[in-house]
Amino acid sequence: MLTTTTPTATPDKAVLAANAAFMRPEDRSVKAKTVTTDETSKRLAWVTHVVAVRDNKDTAAFAELFAYFGPRVKSFLMKSGASPDLAEECAQDVMVTLWRKAHMFDPAKASVSTWIFTIARNRRIDLLRKQRRVEPEDLPWGPEAEPRQDEVMVLQQESEILGQAIAALPDKQRMLIEKAYYGELTHSEIAAQTGLPLGTIKSRIRLALDRLRHAIG
Amino acid sequence: MQLDRKTAMTTKIKHHLTDDLLMAYSAGTLPEAFNLVVATHISLCDECRARMGSFDAVGGELVAHLEAVQMAEDSLTAIMAKIQAEAGVSEDEPLAAPAVGSGLFPTPLRDYVSGDLEDVRWRKVGGGVSQAILKTSKDATVRLLKIPAGTAVPDHGHRGTELTLVLQGAFVDEHDRFGAGDIEVANEDLHHTPVAEAGVDCICLSATDAPLRFNGLLPRLAQRFVRI
Repeated sequence: MLTTTTPTATPDKAVLAANAAFMRPEDRSVKAKTVTTDETSKRLAWVTHVVAVRDNKDTAAFAELFAYFGPRVKSFLMKSGASPDLAEECAQDVMVTLWRKAHMFDPAKASVSTWIFTIARNRRIDLLRKQRRVEPEDLPWGPEAEPRQDEVMVLQQESEILGQAIAALPDKQRMLIEKAYYGELTHSEIAAQTGLPLGTIKSRIRLALDRLRHAIG
Repeated sequence: MQLDRKTAMTTKIKHHLTDDLLMAYSAGTLPEAFNLVVATHISLCDECRARMGSFDAVGGELVAHLEAVQMAEDSLTAIMAKIQAEAGVSEDEPLAAPAVGSGLFPTPLRDYVSGDLEDVRWRKVGGGVSQAILKTSKDATVRLLKIPAGTAVPDHGHRGTELTLVLQGAFVDEHDRFGAGDIEVANEDLHHTPVAEAGVDCICLSATDAPLRFNGLLPRLAQRFVRI
């Protein structure tokens, strides 16, 4: 996985220093040896911001997260059918949840954008579908006290590769994946909206998933 | 006890969730009844949990790459005010109900039953089979089924999609065997006669988005009453 990443920049020293704050001492050397891209640095900075919110109730770090994710969560909710006013209110709630649940975030298991997506999705289910959603039971062995820094790093890089793979999908495949996630649409509803037969939609989504698997595998 | 149950189960699961279902679960577009079955299976299955993580990551990347829309001018101030207002309120994280009794049901199912196997209020539906319908939104239904060991469930086709998760015991049909933790995803093409294996009663969690269609007059009449 590491070998597939093309280094385009040297590590951001400030980010590395900030990240050292939540590493176990024995892992710090790992971080120093790993080459990061700008994109990975940005992702690691988000992790650092969430950790700063968790540990220090750091409002400046929170403002950074808000500046990037607030407008995108609002956009996500609008694409799911919420009015601009409702999406604004809902995006604010998502940011409040991010603050309150920062202690639940495990950077070795999910990227910050994945975590925020799940918060936004759950809020959307509450609000637009008015349904209850249960989450799977936590793993019996529970989260590790402090994630290993190399795992955190690998996860950010994998997320970056996944993001690139989605961007590289043929338009028709990407559009269907987007609709499935944003559109609050079932495959049959996508069929009605796009005029594509259900079988075509399913096979395009399957193709897209195969490509993503190939790209990140 | 719990840990043993799951460690043992997750290595034996042969029938997993489809990509379609995992993606829809991750996207949050499944009916509540299906959500419950998917969440319960994932609680028992490390492989599907990992795949769910990948689908969540796709959602995360889509959100991260969306074009930004304008937030309200006072948005951050409003958020900080909400955080302040809630600061005094104690965390209302619901504590997971402790695993008591048989400890058969994973947390998502325990939440719906308000307990475990011994708390289920079974109703007989004929042929020795009992069921308990769990309360969810109306777009699909989910029920617990108890099929005595060695008993057949009447041959039935499906109009929509049916998910059946085995929690205890096992059933076999013309096509395959489904043991504890396995999930069967059936669509309208599948006609089968599941039979509970000898040994313990087979306990399943089953969701459908359309009524099952029994082949034969008597079961069809019974269907009106039991809502299978």
